[in-house]
Amino acid sequence: MSAKKLVLYGTLLALTIAAPFLFPNFKTQLATLWLMIIVALSWDMTGGQMGYNSLGNIFFYGTGMYVAAVVTIGIVYDVGEYTQASGGGIYVWTWGQYFAGMALGTLAAGLFCALCAFLIGWITFGLRGPYFAIGTLGVAIAAGELVSNWEWVGGGQGISMPNYPGDFDQFKLVIYYLYAVLGVILFMFVAWLYQTRFGAAINAIRDDEGKAEAMGIHTLRYKLITWAMSAFFVGAAGAISAFQLIHFEPLETAYQTINLGIFMVVCVLLGGKGTLWGPVVGAVMFQVFKEATWNYFLGWQWVALGALIVVVVVFFQDGFMGWLRYKRPEWFGIRVESKDAATEGAS
Amino acid sequence: MKLKFATLALAGVAVAALSSTASAADCDEIHLGSAISLTGKYATNGVHAKNGYEFAIKKIAENGGVKIGDKCYNFRVSYYDDESKGDRGATLAERLINQDGVQYMLGPYSSGLTKAIAPVTEKYQIPMVEAEGASRSLFNKGYKYLFAVLSTSEQYLASAITLAAEMATANGKDPSSVKVAVAVENDPFSLDIRAGVLEDAGKQGMKIVIDEKLPRDLSDMTAILTKVKLLKPDVLIVSGHSKGAATAVRQIGEQKISVPMVAITHCEAADVTGNFGEFAENILCSTQWAETLTYEDPIFGSAANYEKEFKAAYSEYASKKVPYQTAQASAAVYVFKDAFERAGSLDKEKVRDAIAATNLSTFYGDIKFSDSGNNIAKPMVLRQIQGGEYNVVAPSKFASHKLVWPRK
Amino acid sequence: MDQIMSNLGLLFEFPIVNLKIILDGVMIGSLFALAAYGLALVWGVMNVKNLAQGDFVIAGGYVSWFLVKTEWLQSLLGVSDNFVILLGVLVAFVVMGAIGWVCYKLIITKVIERDLFTSLLATFGLAIMMAQIMNLLFGSDTQSLKLEYDTLYFADGLIDLPIAKLIGVCMAAGLALAVVLFMKTSRMGQAIRATAQDSRAARVLGIDTEKVYAFTFSLNAAICGAAGAIIVMVWVIQPFYGITYSVRAFVIVTAAGLGNLPGVIAAGLGIGAAEQYGSHIFGIGYQQAIAVLLLLIILIYKLLRQRRLRQVLQ
Repeated sequence: MSAKKLVLYGTLLALTIAAPFLFPNFKTQLATLWLMIIVALSWDMTGGQMGYNSLGNIFFYGTGMYVAAVVTIGIVYDVGEYTQASGGGIYVWTWGQYFAGMALGTLAAGLFCALCAFLIGWITFGLRGPYFAIGTLGVAIAAGELVSNWEWVGGGQGISMPNYPGDFDQFKLVIYYLYAVLGVILFMFVAWLYQTRFGAAINAIRDDEGKAEAMGIHTLRYKLITWAMSAFFVGAAGAISAFQLIHFEPLETAYQTINLGIFMVVCVLLGGKGTLWGPVVGAVMFQVFKEATWNYFLGWQWVALGALIVVVVVFFQDGFMGWLRYKRPEWFGIRVESKDAATEGAS
Repeated sequence: MKLKFATLALAGVAVAALSSTASAADCDEIHLGSAISLTGKYATNGVHAKNGYEFAIKKIAENGGVKIGDKCYNFRVSYYDDESKGDRGATLAERLINQDGVQYMLGPYSSGLTKAIAPVTEKYQIPMVEAEGASRSLFNKGYKYLFAVLSTSEQYLASAITLAAEMATANGKDPSSVKVAVAVENDPFSLDIRAGVLEDAGKQGMKIVIDEKLPRDLSDMTAILTKVKLLKPDVLIVSGHSKGAATAVRQIGEQKISVPMVAITHCEAADVTGNFGEFAENILCSTQWAETLTYEDPIFGSAANYEKEFKAAYSEYASKKVPYQTAQASAAVYVFKDAFERAGSLDKEKVRDAIAATNLSTFYGDIKFSDSGNNIAKPMVLRQIQGGEYNVVAPSKFASHKLVWPRK
Repeated sequence: MDQIMSNLGLLFEFPIVNLKIILDGVMIGSLFALAAYGLALVWGVMNVKNLAQGDFVIAGGYVSWFLVKTEWLQSLLGVSDNFVILLGVLVAFVVMGAIGWVCYKLIITKVIERDLFTSLLATFGLAIMMAQIMNLLFGSDTQSLKLEYDTLYFADGLIDLPIAKLIGVCMAAGLALAVVLFMKTSRMGQAIRATAQDSRAARVLGIDTEKVYAFTFSLNAAICGAAGAIIVMVWVIQPFYGITYSVRAFVIVTAAGLGNLPGVIAAGLGIGAAEQYGSHIFGIGYQQAIAVLLLLIILIYKLLRQRRLRQVLQ
């Protein structure tokens, strides 16, 4: 790693740590930004790097939320009783119980989602192109509908997480740093992963699956492992979301197919598909755009968002990083062959 | 901002006309906040509630504003559209508190949204008086800053079950022979209604023959009504906000469903008499408030007067009933006014304590909060649509008309 | 579980109910089939997977609803509401055709040559915009129009058949027939089919494929619009109901395959009936879940069949 890069990463890390203190009133928006970065980065693992465009990654988000809720509630109380529509007793959590729930719940959410990815992927990875997208979207919609009819977890009324036992500002810091830590780990993980043989293999699957298979890559195994890793992070992010939101319900919040489920894809496209920094940049751009329209175009926010999606998809599909790569090929670490890369880019 | 000026201008005009009261236009401002559903599945009722808030603010300003010590204040509300989505509502509540500096909140529409927002206001120790979240699951979380002026949802249709039992007895049958069909929307409010009905029906030994949940994007209840035709229940309970009420009344009429007793919620909000005329005949509607009741207070006058003045202020309600969603929203603002004046301060802890100690008679009914924050002083009433009019038939203390039974 | 068993029991106890369920299913299914046919058309001809399909349907419904509610035609021509409601189907057809053409020129034309995912996302963006614009224009209440016709009752009133619904189904059938005839006989229809088979060859032979694409997409929007206008007089519409019809259209097209009109109609009616059966047995709350699960089952079935075929080839 060059000195320049070291400085860059150092600054970003410092900024990450300092952000909630620099903008104390925007802790929630900053936390949401990290959530977007996490889901975008993990979507890009399959979508950008492996060429499998899933529209159903929101399934892992929702499932992560519910797993976290069930674990956190389940270790202290009876879940079925807790979720009764008629209410009932008053439920409180101690510090120990809360953090035990948080740690176990987040871990369990990630692992359970990875397992789900194996099972679902085993079936859906047979589907190609748009059918894979539609199939995974179908899984997410169906899961939301089924959970909303499942009384044990509260059905359509949703489920409430315990309240944080301490001060609220502290709670928001905890949430922010949980997301940030998860996000940084994910970023470092994928940065490493894409440089390994594994990364080369999934790129080969994206470029030509038939050839990759002919070269002796066990494609299904690679696809499953990649999706499971991606699902682990989305599930864990969902778990943190569950703690952050406190109350959530299945259709609008947990399995929100047409919100976050699509936003994560738009983030990646906005930033640049199949690049390391693209999803991060895209998530930042998207989040800024979203907050701005929600603040200043109240009522028209969804129209603006729809227009953004159309414009990005139709006109700027290479995203910000693609544009940058075209303009400044030398920035993309192709130092040795920079001339070739430049001519290639121009041709 | 526009809203504020409009309110002040209106208040100014009113005061100039009266001129005897203190000039409300010179008053300072108390800033309230509310995330309310202006779009999405709850938009109809979100707008009803918002109108209720605005009307009350206007009336209070006309009556000299909120008097704290020797100063007077007017309310001003910052609204955001929560799109009927819980996570959005929670984010907006936080924005109101953190970025707009709101110290007191008015509630959103629906139990689900209130459930999402209450943890936020609780953690910031922001008193929230809400008027539209009735599910009991709101009041078992130990919230100290959440107060609801309305009766909890299990009471909405419980009296329908009591009535059905009475009718069975009057006709020489055992209440336990009554068959009940329940179709409720899959949300906290309606599920709690269902829980209340099931509890009460269980106590009477009644049999639940249909127990279904309506989907979010409901457009057709035929599947349920076919079963109703086959199983012939004695009571049909439907709850699904405005959309559920409209769909139910329309299809019950179209498919000539003859059940001796049909009880639904949100009749007024969906304006079932105006939209479906004859189809709505003899349907029972639960309501938190009726303009025919004899409640009154110094600001709004009697319940009937509230309806009259509200219709004058909002012409779109001229040809229909003023829904109780509006009345209770106004009542919530009134609770704030009362609490501020008793607290004699803008300190939110003192205001919170004052709200908790509320013991108020309003045009909407009596308001007194339990430790959990729900209003325990006001009963629900059940009205029946008779000849296109809403007439109170239960509980017997308030009944102005006799129940028509069986329904054709 | 008890509920499911007793619901199943009802089917056998009162066999006539089956007829009622199938009737209801066929009625709604015929409208699903219309939307699905439009989707199959654009999918087959220009390889665009239109997620805004359902929103075109709803928009058509609002065109008709708006036409009736402004009472402009009624006072101008002195005709009854009923007449305008029926006329609304035609108006929705024309207006949505025009809107479809505009959408094509602005957006769709740019995504035809792109990869498969692009059209899915671009039309999704379009769907979000349309739903919200309708919400802003018409409010989020459910809306419907009421045709003043009687309802026929059979079997002790157990089966009710509103004449309005019958008219709606007949109009749907008529529209489907007209489109089929158009595709078979007209010059444009032939051009569309030729383009669907091989667009490059069609271009070589002098067919203006760009024109064909534009026409196809606007025809699709028009069909959806007419379907919406029928829906508003029989069921209800709401700005955000589009997704329901989009999902159904995708299920049907996936099941029936492209370029197979009888298949689309059969699948449409079948899915309508299956959904009604499903919601009778499991409860109406599972309606959407049933449709989506059907889609998954069909996809998996196709996948397995394909695998078997591949093994045979080996």
